[in-house]
Amino acid sequence: MQQEAEKSPDETALNERFEARIAAGETIEPKDWMPERYRHQLVRMMSQHAHSEIVGMLPEGNWITRAPSLKRKMSLIAKVQDEAGHGLYIYCGTETLGVDRAELVDQLLSGKAKYSSIFNYPTLTWADMGTIGWFVDGAAIVNQTVLAKASYGPYARAMIRICKEENFHKKQGYEIIATLASGTPAQKAMAQDAVNRWWWPSLMMFGPSDADSPNTAELIRWRVKRKTNDELRQRFVDLTVPQAQAVGLTLPDPALRYNDETQHWDFGPIDWDEFWAVVKGNGPCNRERLQARRDAHENGAWVREAAEAYAAKHQRAQASSAA
Amino acid sequence: MADANNGETQWPLWEIFAQEGEGAPHEHVGSLHAPDAELALQNARDVYARRGSIVSLWVVPSVAITASPSDEAGPFFEPGADKVYRHPQFYKIPRGIKGF
Repeated sequence: MQQEAEKSPDETALNERFEARIAAGETIEPKDWMPERYRHQLVRMMSQHAHSEIVGMLPEGNWITRAPSLKRKMSLIAKVQDEAGHGLYIYCGTETLGVDRAELVDQLLSGKAKYSSIFNYPTLTWADMGTIGWFVDGAAIVNQTVLAKASYGPYARAMIRICKEENFHKKQGYEIIATLASGTPAQKAMAQDAVNRWWWPSLMMFGPSDADSPNTAELIRWRVKRKTNDELRQRFVDLTVPQAQAVGLTLPDPALRYNDETQHWDFGPIDWDEFWAVVKGNGPCNRERLQARRDAHENGAWVREAAEAYAAKHQRAQASSAA
Repeated sequence: MADANNGETQWPLWEIFAQEGEGAPHEHVGSLHAPDAELALQNARDVYARRGSIVSLWVVPSVAITASPSDEAGPFFEPGADKVYRHPQFYKIPRGIKGF
């Protein structure tokens, strides 16, 4: 990114016009003028988001062969396929900002790009599939419903499409947990264990607290984000606590209590040391996830080659029939 | 969308239009990379029509699209705005007529 040098009078006018459009709630489209910083922030945010969808397939892909019934297996396959689709929607949105998808994928595979810290935790039991759908996709919905109103058109449109599909993810997850929670004591214990392990990492999904989030103010001013990390996190907690109560599971936070004054659920402090350790690449599965992604890319090379060969063969056939 | 990024590093970009239900217009839903139109169509089905009521898909090479200039949108579309006589509200109906 080049440093913004002295702004020419022209650029000042363009900037003013851009800020006015944002303030008026207008949507910015790919061909519109935008400040370099806006473009940069969007590429950063959207590509991280796309990478998260793609890496997010791994913890769940783990359990496709071990799903307890054909119905559960079909749902899980459909869900993992959705995640791939979500990654593609967002990558294609990112490309409208003038970056190559190939370049973004390289950044992921080389470890340069970040993705959501949540996917660096292991999936130990079948109950983890339920909890991920319920918590992780639930948290994603809270985030994405707001992003569907983002100022950048292609991102907002991708989010609308994604939100429609995430609801299925969350429901299938919650149903898995509800089923286990009303099962044998061992099944209920398995569900409780998964909930205990995923609760705090799910809260961390919303990112650093507002005080430590350098990008938030700028993103909100530009209406890329509409709510702060802490606001979204609170909304997720408020939605999820009653859902846990409904299935008779507890959340692993002794400080959790309803605050009559604020009408929100208060919760205990987040372990930010753990959050930053995972973000910096030292979570339980960071290396394993990236390696799995690289292997998938390399082992899938033959599919790409076959597609090219097939397209070339058709082109030759068409050329000779036209001759 | 269609720009110099269609380099040698990846397959051509295709714009995808989907028709949701018979009689509905084909609407732009996104784009994807594919080596040719046939594979673009198959991938578009997998990516953009996994559920719902899509009855038809179009794939168009992004480079084939010529778009109106966005920085001149005002003057470019202006001729449409100043011809009020193109709207039915421009015309008066005599009093007393209820259903027209």
